[in-house]
This record gives sequence, C-alpha cells and structure tokens, in this order.
Amino acid sequence: MTPSAPFVDPWQIHPVQIVEAVPESEGVTTYRLRYCGGGGKADYAFQPGQFNMLYVPGAGEMAISMSGEDRQAEGWLHTVRLAGVVTHAMSRLGVGGVLGMRGPFGKPWPLDNAQGCDVIVVAGGIGLAPLRPALQQLSAQRSAYGRLALLYGARTPSGLLYRNDYATWQDAGWQVELTVDRHEPGWTGRVGVVPQLFDRLRGLNTGRTVVFICGPEVMILFAARAALARGIPPQQIWVSLERHMQCGVGMCGHCQLGPLLLCRDGPVVRYDHAERWLQVEGL
Amino acid sequence: MVDQATADEQYLAKADFQVLLDLLAGEGYEVIGPTLGEGAIVYGPLRSVADLPRGWTDEQEAGHYRLVRRNDEAWFGFVVGPQSWKQYLFPPRTRLLTAKCEHGTWKMQPAEEPVPKYAFLGVRACELAALDVQDRVFMHSAFPDPHYVQRRQQALVIAVNCTQAAPTCFCTSMATGPRCRQGFDLALTELAEGFVLEIGSPRGRELAARLPLAPASEQQCRDAADARAQAEQQITRHLATAGLRELLLSNLNHPHWDEVAARCLSCANCTMVCPTCFCSSVEEVSDLLGEQIARERVWDSCFNPQFSYVHGGLVRHNIRSRYRQWLTHKLATWHDQFGTSGCVGCGRCISWCPVGIDLTQEVAGFRAAADRALFDRRPGAGEHAASVSGQGRGPSGLSASRPFLQQPRGEAGRPLPDEAPELGQSDAPGSESPRSTEGR
Ligand SMILES: Cc1cc2nc3c(=O)[nH]c(=O)nc-3n(C[C@H](O)[C@H](O)[C@H](O)COP(=O)(O)OP(=O)(O)OC[C@H]3O[C@@H](n4cnc5c(N)ncnc54)[C@H](O)[C@@H]3O)c2cc1C
Ligand code: SF4
Ligand code: SF4
Ligand code: FES
Repeated sequence: MTPSAPFVDPWQIHPVQIVEAVPESEGVTTYRLRYCGGGGKADYAFQPGQFNMLYVPGAGEMAISMSGEDRQAEGWLHTVRLAGVVTHAMSRLGVGGVLGMRGPFGKPWPLDNAQGCDVIVVAGGIGLAPLRPALQQLSAQRSAYGRLALLYGARTPSGLLYRNDYATWQDAGWQVELTVDRHEPGWTGRVGVVPQLFDRLRGLNTGRTVVFICGPEVMILFAARAALARGIPPQQIWVSLERHMQCGVGMCGHCQLGPLLLCRDGPVVRYDHAERWLQVEGL
Repeated sequence: MVDQATADEQYLAKADFQVLLDLLAGEGYEVIGPTLGEGAIVYGPLRSVADLPRGWTDEQEAGHYRLVRRNDEAWFGFVVGPQSWKQYLFPPRTRLLTAKCEHGTWKMQPAEEPVPKYAFLGVRACELAALDVQDRVFMHSAFPDPHYVQRRQQALVIAVNCTQAAPTCFCTSMATGPRCRQGFDLALTELAEGFVLEIGSPRGRELAARLPLAPASEQQCRDAADARAQAEQQITRHLATAGLRELLLSNLNHPHWDEVAARCLSCANCTMVCPTCFCSSVEEVSDLLGEQIARERVWDSCFNPQFSYVHGGLVRHNIRSRYRQWLTHKLATWHDQFGTSGCVGCGRCISWCPVGIDLTQEVAGFRAAADRALFDRRPGAGEHAASVSGQGRGPSGLSASRPFLQQPRGEAGRPLPDEAPELGQSDAPGSESPRSTEGR
C-alpha cells in the first residue's frame, strides 16, 4: 500500500513563458518556452516523442509534443497548429505571455534501440513536430545509425514545416523526400501522398530498418502498410498516436485505444501493438 | 469452500460495538458506514450503532433495487447499494489546483484541502477487491495521484463478511468473494448477538487490543463459518471468465453489440455506481473576472458522448461503440492496463441499469454466438449448420459483419484487414480482405 517514496504531484502546473513565437505556416506557430524566472535546458529534459500538457488559464489544457530543443538558446520548442479553444487562447498570449505546463509525459521514440539500424522517418503535416527532436538527435549521433531517410508531406507546399531545416538534415546525411497533396505556384516537387515516397527508397535492408511515423491517423495506417508491403516487420515500425488527453498520466481514461492508455503506453507505440485497434471503427 | 476458523478469531458482542465507534472517533477517524437514506442503503457518517440499517435488507434484480424489512434485527443483513467507497477516496469532485493572476503573471498552487481520515465500516469482499483495483489505477502507477494516495493511506478498513447474497451478486465468478481474505484491518462476521472478528493488519491488531474482545468460542466460529457459507450458497449469477478477454476483443464488430446498443440508454448509471470505474474530466472553474481559477476533477463516463471528443469530432459517436468500450474495458482491456479485471462482481451495474442490462447475460450472448460459430466450423458442419446460425452472417458467424469497412479507409477501395483473427473467426469466407501477410 506504500507508494514508491516521495512523488511529484502530476497535477501541479508550472508557469512557463513564451520567449519566442515563430510562424511556420498558415495557423502553425513554433513557440520557445522556458520556466518563469529563468531556467531552460538545465531544468528541463525530455526525450524525443514525449509531450507536455500546456495550460492556458481560463481556456484549459492540451497535449502538445516537444518539437525540438534549442542548443544555442535556452528553452524548448512546441509547434502548435490552431485548432480550437486552447490553441487559439495560446496564440493570443504572444511573446512574454505566461502559461502553465506539466510534463514531460509519455513514451518516446526508441532511438537507443534503433542504434545500428537504418531509420526511415515518415511524417504528414503537423506530424513532423514530434519527430523533429528525433531528427535532431539522430543527426547529432549520426555515426550510431545507418542510412537515414525522411519522407514528409503536407497538403500544400506552404504547409511544409521547418523548411530551413531540410538542408541541415541533408548535410547530416538524411535523404529528404517531400511531397504535397496540392500544387501551388512555384512548387516543382512531387505531388502525391506520403506513403508513395517509399518508392524513392531503393535497396532497403528490411531486417535492420526502423520506421517512425506520425501524422493523421489514416496517413499512419497507409504509411505503415507501405512499410509492411516492402517487407519491414511490424515490430520495427513505431507510430505516434493521438487521442484526447486530460491527465497525461494514465488515470483519467480519456486516451484509451483498446488496451492502450496512449498517454502512458504511448503516444509512441509499436505498430504491431496498435494495428489491431486502429482498424476498429469507433474504438 | 472450506472455511476454517483461524486461531486469531475474537468475539465482539453487539452490546460493546459502540465502543469500537467511539474508539475510532477518539482516534480522529471519520467513521463511514451503511445507513438508510434516499430509499436505499447508502454510505454516510456513523456516530452510533443506531445509524446502521438494522432490520433492513435490499431486494435486487436486474433494473431493480428495493429496501425491505427483515424478519430479524440483523445489522448488516444486506449486500451493496448504489454507492461505493470510491466516493471517499476518489471524490466525485476534487479540487486539483488553483491559478491566480498576480501582476500579470499566473501563480499555480496545489489545492490545499484537508485530507479526511476515514474509517470505513462494512466493506464487503467485492469492495475490498474494488479498492485494490483503484489502488492500481491511482497509486501503483509511475505517477500516483496524491489526492487518492493520501486518503487511501490514512483510511482504516473494517470489512464485514456477507452472510447473504443478492441475485445480482457474482463475486464467486470474479474470485473476489464472498469471503473477505485480504485488504482489511479488521473483518467481522455477524452473528445474532455479536461479531466474530479477524485481524488483518498491524493497525487492526492495535485497535483490537483496545476493544472488549473475548476469544471466539468454537461454536461462534462454526456459526460464523455457516453464516458465510450461506452467502456463498445463495450466489446464483455466473460470469464465465475463461478466455473472456479474447472472446470480447476478437468480436469487436459482432452484431450482438448492435443488439445491446438498441436497449442501452447510454445514461452512464453503470459507471457511476461501479466501484472501479475511474474516468474523470477536469473542469475550469473561474471567478467572474477570470483572475482566480480552480481546476477540478469530476467523475466522467465513457457513456458520455463528449468523453471521446477529439478536435473535429467524437471517436465513440454511437451507443454501440460506447457500450463496447465499457464492457471491453471492464472485462478485457483492464487486464492489459492494470493487470486485473475491472469487474469485481458486485452486481451494482445490473441493479441500477434503468433497462436492466446485465453484463453477465451479454457475455453469455457472446459466448453462445462463439459456440455456435465453432459448431458451424466443425468439419462437415458446412452449409447446413451455417444456415442455423443464420442472421445473414458468414458461416464463421462472429466477425463477418463489419459495417465500418464501408468507410473510406481502405487503399483504392480495398478494406483494411480486420483485427487479428482469434477465436473461431479466422479466414472467414466471404471476407473480402484476407489479412495481409506480406512482410511478416
Ligand atoms: C500526445 C499528443 C501530442 C500532440 N502534439 C501536438 C503538437 O505537437 N502540435 C499540435 O498542434 N497539436 C498536437 N496535438 C493535438 C492537440 O492536443 C490538439 O490539437 C489540441 O488539444 C486542440 O486543443 P484546442 O483547445 O485548440 O481544441 P478544441 O477542439 O477546442 O479542444 C479544446 C479542449 O476543450 C475541450 N473540448 C472542446 N470542445 C469540446 C467538446 N465539444 N466536448 C468535449 N470537450 C471539448 C477538450 O477538453 C479539448 O481539449 C497533440 C495531441 C496529443 C494527444
Ligand atoms: S472507460 Fe468506461 S468502463 Fe472504463 S473506467 Fe472509464 S467509465 Fe469505467
Ligand atoms: S462492472 Fe458492474 S458488477 Fe462489475 S464491479 Fe462494476 S458495477 Fe460491479
Ligand atoms: S490522458 Fe488520462 S488516461 Fe491518458
């Protein structure tokens, strides 16, 4: 009946300040946050793929993944797409604004287990946000991994996030493949859906390739199937899934997907642990 | 079941019972126990033995609960009512935090509410099991809930063995009762003039040392064992748990869900009365100026449509999917999440369902369908047997009906494969989507 030693109150929200807000694309902004009263990287550590619960007083809380850490500056990043009440309230705060935060929560991308493997990162739209810290870490530890490829798509060319990063990633040895659903003037790249980008990858070493996928659920399913179709076993495919989250720590029941409590057992889960449930409508 | 008296058994006369209540009050405990109220036996503060529902019992059936006079003056001659102890450890509304705007910045403070020190008197075996289930959710977690943990650690648990059962009880199926075996400080078995008392913890032993007890006589121990045996003998309801998780999870698109959905009102009663359901939502409670905000956790339910809200819509948008969530969570996925069933067999959801839906019956419905399907699939059973199972389903019966496949999810109109084939449902003829095996 005794819990393990003293514990932190998972409900306690800490004040954080927006130190920078960079528009990425229509309705999408990357915020750099730090704890109020200073404190940045040293006070806050997370693993790529984890999320925070961000709180705007009066509006509510929401789950937002970390989209990067800033090596030069203090703090950490969140890329937020305007959706409803809380995201809009956050966008009104502006630089200097104070909001609340608890976290980090959730299971990260299994980067350590992937050492020595080829890594294919597949993202759709805002789904690149939770993968960016993984891209950063994989780039930083380039020699520990085999071949690296990013397959990324958005609805429109202007919806592609982190456009300044692509060259950096390519320099770090990434094969970067982009696609969009809809053409826009000036776009000379590919038009089509993300799973088709698997065709750009030649000579896969399927036995030692790891795939990380995040994006809209339908896109995740198709991307995973594309990977399976090319012979990559489901145990080597990891997906980041989204359900409504309230507690973030496995005690409110909101984020269930069959046996998974996605805040606690996810958001990053192995595909063979999720596949069966993703295919049931209304689960 | 052999129910041997332990050497530790003591006897507390009813005439001395008030001493226990006074002792607990003297120790600063708020004693909570069964009492009459709201046309039912509910839990509330107990100051005197006169507060107990002496001489009353509960009559229960699917969709039915009624208080009736007993023909004796038993103090604990009933089973369980609409309430459970969870309302004390996981209150229907808990303040988690306050946020205050000071000089343009927000100060967030944990809610500092006094933690009540409860003594629960009259906890049944199934309820001890329910406490354990909620302990796993709120306490044995990487992030324990401080509100639950503080209440739970202070709480004293005095169990009372059932000496009768209701037709809605099925604790024997869930291996949770009717005998109280663990998780209590003291456990009592009621006799006509007193209680046989067992000690379950060091705290219970300390307390017992201060009570006017006598060693229980052999006769008293025998009578107590008989009284407990009577409860066990009265249990008629049954839930077959073997293979239950897979039975339900391999039939997530079975037509039987539609049948239940047609009866279910999605009223959430079953989750409110259930001693293990833990779902909650957090509300923002703001003052008029919006300068002082409290965040409060309130009970919620998977039967509330908004519970599955995600930006852009509801995941469980019909009663079928919500009832399915409830039943499969209770009996199947709870095992994955918390290493135990989410059902302790107390029968509350059966009695308090306005339309009398009974989960044991629903499970039996799925079993019957599975058995039919297995029968149909025997070599030689073939076409003829398939028509017996009828209902326009494929011969495998169980999973051929997949209305969701009409949704535009499949690549180029090809539906996604169904969930992994399990019990009696692999390679269903007529299924247009043989499970892809490439790359496995
Ligand atoms: C693990 C995880 C990581 C995520 N990472 C990101 C990310 O990096 N970037 C990003 O942009 N998004 C991310 N999301 C999605 C993000 O959480 C949602 O877009 C966000 O919660 C939307 O909040 P909102 O208030 O703007 O939208 P709303 O739809 O208004 O929801 C607001 C809140 O109000 C409540 N609510 C509103 N309407 C209703 C209703 N009708 N019924 C019940 N409740 C209601 C809900 O509690 C909801 O959280 C992530 C989600 C998860 C689960
Ligand atoms: S999801 Fe439903 S059945 Fe499961 S704990 Fe929550 S309310 Fe109870
Ligand atoms: S599901 Fe029903 S029988 Fe089982 S513990 Fe909950 S209320 Fe009791
Ligand atoms: S968000 Fe509360 S259980 Fe996952």
